Parts: sequence; structure tokens; C-alpha cells
Amino acid sequence: MLITAIPPIALTVGANRIVRGVAIPHPVGDPKEEPAVELEIRKKLLEKALQALCEPIKEQTLFE
Amino acid sequence: MKTIRVVHYLNQFFGQLGGEEMANLPPRVVDGPVGFGVTLKSISGGRVEIMRTVICGDNYAAENTGELAKKVLRWVSEASPGLFIAGPAFGAGRYGIAAGTLCKEVRGKLGIPAVTAMHPVNPGAAIAGPEVFVVEAKDTAQDLKRVLPLMLGIGTRLIDGLPIGSPGEEGYLPRGVRVNVRVSERGSTRAVRMLLKKLAGELFETELPMPTYDRVLPAAPVRDLVKAAIAIGTEGGIVPRGNPDRIEAHNASKWCRYDIASLDGLEKGDYEVAHGGFDPVPANDDPDRVLPLDAARALEREGRFRKLHDWYPVTVGNVTAVRSAERYGRQMGEALAAEGVEGVILTST
Repeated sequence: MLITAIPPIALTVGANRIVRGVAIPHPVGDPKEEPAVELEIRKKLLEKALQALCEPIKEQTLFE
Repeated sequence: MKTIRVVHYLNQFFGQLGGEEMANLPPRVVDGPVGFGVTLKSISGGRVEIMRTVICGDNYAAENTGELAKKVLRWVSEASPGLFIAGPAFGAGRYGIAAGTLCKEVRGKLGIPAVTAMHPVNPGAAIAGPEVFVVEAKDTAQDLKRVLPLMLGIGTRLIDGLPIGSPGEEGYLPRGVRVNVRVSERGSTRAVRMLLKKLAGELFETELPMPTYDRVLPAAPVRDLVKAAIAIGTEGGIVPRGNPDRIEAHNASKWCRYDIASLDGLEKGDYEVAHGGFDPVPANDDPDRVLPLDAARALEREGRFRKLHDWYPVTVGNVTAVRSAERYGRQMGEALAAEGVEGVILTST
């Protein structure tokens, strides 16, 4: 599965399981946040990614 | 005008030696035109003279392409023609592979202009390369009459040094060659005109066709996450300090794997961004912002999944050729699957 800040590109190139990331230069982080908060953001994104891996899908899916 | 000497390549069928039962026929060369080659002279208004015709069985050609090319190069250089014509091969794959290969060899090794014709999905079309003109043909020989004049038109102009228009105007397959042209309307005007046509649902012709990408079937879901090994990876170019394997900042020539078995996170200074296509400051400050090792390790400890895989795959996805990216992806997937990884979380920048 793919975490990306630009799901339309992921859809164009054929990625199947997609989770929306934070921003292009830091898809799984946010320098504006405190380190503890940022780690939580990162863990939440990975949780969503793990759920996406466990989900049966038939076509390209953006997990919102 | 000077007569154009031509060597023509045909398969056994168009060479009038037989059908599939003759497909193993080794290459032979005869003087003068064979089959529809006879009509090429009249179609060209008498300009073209076929000096020699090479005929080879489809199976032989597809299985011994190297041998065939060697012989054909010799026969062609003996005849020292101005032009090499192969086919048309239409939708015939073996014939197309031979025609594309021979045109490429004759053009590349002997510097003789080469023209062929085939259906766009014929594998020979991709083999022919950017220096060969491949006229777009339908998949059956019913298209012969339409295609021959197009081939000759391009061939004679190559000899005469006359300009050849765009693929759309001339009916050949795009060669991946960009040609600078001057047009009276500026780019913004052309773009807005296209946009208006698009909005109105009218036909418009793009100046930059988008590449087409393969589709893959979605992988089966991870059945039991708690028992699964999970890997993380990225095309964002997170590499150990100093980029030891020198992954290129753009159009990467490789992917690498780095051990993270003993790490709980990626420290500033120990890891850095090798990717040349985004602002590296945030991820140089904390590489976990692109490769989420700290969070993945935390979730592993919490028992969300059994194990975080011992290494991560990485490359740089920055103007990297799609074909390279496909190869790296396949190799990464095969390597991880072979080590029992059931799910991969990739990040892209």
C-alpha cells in the first residue's frame, strides 16, 4: 500500500491501496507539530495503512 | 530524379514460399522484387527499384534474430541500397519482430534509412527504435494498398532530405522524438483553446500525450495482521549518511536495502534525503517524516503486527523512467515476499 500526499498521481500510475499523507516533503510527519503530537499523527497514518492492507479490494481504493 | 535502390524484407508467406508449414525456412536472398514488391516500382512512379529481396520463415526469424540480422546486414551492404524496406508486417508478431530488428540494425549499423509498417501493438514496433519510421498499419494485409504509398512517401523523402511531418500527419507511429517547431500561436492561447474544446466536449489534440501505465490486480489482503511481518519502504530517497550507494538524486539507476533491525527510529544526521525533487529540510531534520520507522516500531511493540521487517527498500522516484520503476518495484516485492513479508507500507514524496 502507498501513503502519498498526492492520491491523484497514485491513482494515475496504478497504485491499488492508497492512504493520503500529510505533504509531499513529509508524507508521514508534520514539522509544525510538537514531536509527541507528530509521532501520534504518524502512528495514526500507519494504523490506517495497516487497515488498508487488511481490507479485501477489487479495484483501486483511496482509504479516507 | 535518381532511382532509389531498395532491399526488401519479406516473410515466407509474402515471399510466396508457403504458409505456416514453411515458417522454419532459413533466410535466403533473391535478386529483384518478389510478390507485392513488384508493384512498389509503379506505386512510386518508377523511382524505386528493388534490387534484392530477403525472405525468411517467421519461426526461424523470431528464434534466430541475431543470425538473421548478421546475414541481412551482409546482403544489404553488398547491394548498397539507398533504402531498406521491411514488411509491412501488420499484426504478425514474429514477422514484426524480424522487421523491427532488421530496420534498426540496417539503420544503426549501415546508416541506411529504413522503413517498415505494422500494427501499433505488434512487438516489433517497440523494437524498431527512434531512427526507424514504422508506418501504422491495421492488423491484416487488407491494409496493404493504403500502407505502401505511405511507406514509399516517407522513404523517398528520407533519401531526398525532405522534411517529414508529425506522426499524425504522416501516418507513422510516434518514435519518441521531440522536434522543435515554430507556431504562430503562443502556448497559453493554444492551451486555453484546448481547454475550451474539452469543456465543450469537442475533440482536441493534445501536444503532450500522457504515458499509459500498467494496471495490476490488487494483492490479497493480509489475513492475520497480528501474525504478519510488515515492511516499510519509500521512493523518497531516505538513505544512511553520505548516501553510501550513491542513489542518484533523479532518474535513479538502482534501489537499495538498508538494515533497520536494531533501530527504533531514524536520527537526524544518521539518515538523510538523497531525493532531488522536494525540499529535503523537514526529512533531514527527522527522516521518520518520510520513512516512518519510529511509529512502525512502536506499533510492532504494541503487537499490532508480529514483526517489522529487518530492512527497508528505497529508491529515488524523481523523473525516474517508468520502466525502471516497474523493475525496482518488482524486485523489491519479490525480495520481500521471499523473506516472508506479507504487507508493505510504501511512502511517496
